[in-house]
Amino acid sequence: MWTTPEKLRTKGIIGMNRRNIRYIGRYNSRRLYPLVDDKLKTKLLAQEHGITTPALIGTVTTQFGVKQLRTMLEGHHGFVIKPAKGSGGKGILVIEHSADGLYVKPSGAQLRLEDIERHVSNILSGLYSLGGSPDVAVVEALINFDESLSEYTYEGVPDIRVIVFRGFPVMAMMRLSTAASDGKANLHQGAVGVGLDIASGTAIRSVQFDRTRHDHPDTGHELVSLRIPGWRTLLLMAAGCYEMTGLGYLGTDMVLDRDLGPMLLELNARPGLAIQMANGEGLRPRLDLIERQPEGSTPEQRVAFAQQHFARQSELRETEPELPAVAVG
Amino acid sequence: MSRLPFYLIVGLLLVVGIAMSLHRHVQLEVPWTPGEQRQVWEVEAQVNFNAQNGPVKVDMALPANQQGFRLLTENTASPGFGLAFLEDERGRRAQWSIREAAGDQQLYYTAQLLVAPGARAPEVEPPPLQRDIVWERPYDTAAAQVIERAWGRSADAFTFARELIRDFGDERQGENARLLLTQFERSPLLVRLLNQAGVPAREVSGLMLEDGRRRQSLTSWVQVFDEEEWALFNPATGEQGRPDNLLLWESAGQAVLEVQGATNSRVTFSMLTHNQPAAAAVRNQLADDTLLNFSIHSLPLEEQALFQTILLIPIGALVVVILRVLVGIKTSGTFMPVLIALAFIQTTLITGLVGFLLVVAVGLVIRSYLSYLNLLLVARVTAVIITVIAIISLFSVLSYRFGLNAGLTITFFPMIILSWTIERMSILWEEEGPKEVLIQGGGSLLTAVLAYLAMNNPWIRHITFNFLGVQLILMALILLLGNYTGYRLLELRRFKPVTED
Repeated sequence: MWTTPEKLRTKGIIGMNRRNIRYIGRYNSRRLYPLVDDKLKTKLLAQEHGITTPALIGTVTTQFGVKQLRTMLEGHHGFVIKPAKGSGGKGILVIEHSADGLYVKPSGAQLRLEDIERHVSNILSGLYSLGGSPDVAVVEALINFDESLSEYTYEGVPDIRVIVFRGFPVMAMMRLSTAASDGKANLHQGAVGVGLDIASGTAIRSVQFDRTRHDHPDTGHELVSLRIPGWRTLLLMAAGCYEMTGLGYLGTDMVLDRDLGPMLLELNARPGLAIQMANGEGLRPRLDLIERQPEGSTPEQRVAFAQQHFARQSELRETEPELPAVAVG
Repeated sequence: MSRLPFYLIVGLLLVVGIAMSLHRHVQLEVPWTPGEQRQVWEVEAQVNFNAQNGPVKVDMALPANQQGFRLLTENTASPGFGLAFLEDERGRRAQWSIREAAGDQQLYYTAQLLVAPGARAPEVEPPPLQRDIVWERPYDTAAAQVIERAWGRSADAFTFARELIRDFGDERQGENARLLLTQFERSPLLVRLLNQAGVPAREVSGLMLEDGRRRQSLTSWVQVFDEEEWALFNPATGEQGRPDNLLLWESAGQAVLEVQGATNSRVTFSMLTHNQPAAAAVRNQLADDTLLNFSIHSLPLEEQALFQTILLIPIGALVVVILRVLVGIKTSGTFMPVLIALAFIQTTLITGLVGFLLVVAVGLVIRSYLSYLNLLLVARVTAVIITVIAIISLFSVLSYRFGLNAGLTITFFPMIILSWTIERMSILWEEEGPKEVLIQGGGSLLTAVLAYLAMNNPWIRHITFNFLGVQLILMALILLLGNYTGYRLLELRRFKPVTED
């Protein structure tokens, strides 16, 4: 039931207190938070820095603007409406296609324009934002989800979380939604977390409810063959978010688009610690190593450094002997 | 980034906090535990005199804080008289005055004195030596011989005083001593002789405290100085040292009672002792308004009661900090549990728990209906506040009808906080499901109960109320906790799977 602090320390696991004081408190300046807490700002900033994000169809900023939704949505078959200041995936409405004035969600449920208008109105009044402050609705083009990954997930779109520390991608995982997580990619709700090798983008370990497992609970598909296409591009993009925001300890959430490749979905200035569970390894040795690196290298150099130092073998291949966590440094 | 200033601040807070607490304990006799009993003497001085149809002025010496005793309170009863307390080089004195008085008059003065073995006398300056002492014949020779005899058998001021007094004692009373005693009072005579020998001394008056005694009078003592030190001598026996039950009433060498415009004046004393809880004894202490003795006790009683609660809040907050930083318990609203715990103090624990659960449960049901109405946040929370007030009123009336008076205390709950709790719980229920509500709600209640137990502990109440330095120590502790980067207790469970393979 319990482990000892000693064992966790040898594993290099970071606790909440250490994350808050040592990393977030030290490397994330509070004045930079608005850049990542507001998805619209993040999006515009990403466009300036040449980082791909889902295409922006439009924004609704006033209750009056809600009436313009019909014109805005015309010609778009699929789209996503999200609150700019929402957190944890709250208030995100996905419409896969629309026909004859009816809008269809991935689950098959059909909505009318009035339903969508009410949803947008709720977003504006702050129903989904932190602290209930007035918000802005962001309408984005639907991501054309990369088919090669569809067997690994159930309903929702899997996203990839990369922890970027001082511009170096240090640890990554993919979050696969399940029936238990209700199509959401939140690990504590039952999504599967797959630890990814920084060097190759292949799966090294996977957990659901903090316990290791080797297949997807709903599709039954084994996870060992999971390999992220365009991995280096994705890492470069994640690393570039450091220059873009100035935040030293950052969680980048990305998705893979069939045509456009990796895209930045959102940024998080207070990324959680579950990624350590998915990787079966603590962040500490990697963060310590990065702290010793000098400032001023380019994203390419940083990605190369990370790929060289953080390479790992998969634990999912049962034929191979299980490797202990590699303490790098 | 150097952490040195941080540790300096923490160290400073700790040192100042501990020093302030020790000062209050040692200097002001405030005990560490609330149950300790302290002995208190109640002494009443009754001044009698015969007024002569004219203005009267009565001047009486009063006791001060001294070795072994601390003055708690003092009262006077003297209808029709003007009264002033004076404090000058003649010591503390009370002055009564009246324009016209006739016949027998009584004035009363009572003092409560705490027996405080650690209490010290304030520094006393030795009285100036009387240089020009003139004796009439044949006393000059007698005095010189007595002094010479005692001088020869002594080594310093104290032994000299002892030998001198012994020579006036019954056993060794010589011719010279007898001769001098025919002309002079014993104590002034001794002071005079000591002065002539170059030893500063004065006559002081003390009261022997014996429980239940009435109509006592003061006894005379000789205070002898040797450089900085002084000692008391019994003028009859030459015994050195202050008996434990001797209260020095007048210690400046002045008259105890001076009356103008009246005859037959005298002062008598009655006294009794009783034990009282130390906390109450502390409360009665006269506040010395210096910065170091800064104390809540100098406030009016009503504000004191208020502060007793306010000073407990840091304790509750400390419990929250420990549970969140060291244990990792999730609560709904950071300091909401402290406010709930404060309400528990008023309602008692069981009533409070039942009341809290009832209000929140009913509130959640009503709130779930409100979410259908799709209201703006502020309006929705306001609606919940009104609902909570309605629930509380309903429960109060119902419990009163059923004869459950405990139910009435439910009104002590902070309603706005309850409303926000309900609002948060409700959102949590919709977004994360009932399990998370149970975790956070349970965490909040557990924290509230622990905070309540800490805040309702008689010892903690006593310490926080009587030792303001403790607040600084708490501050230092919380600063240290805010610097803790280790694991939380619950993380040892959360991260266990990682260590298994």
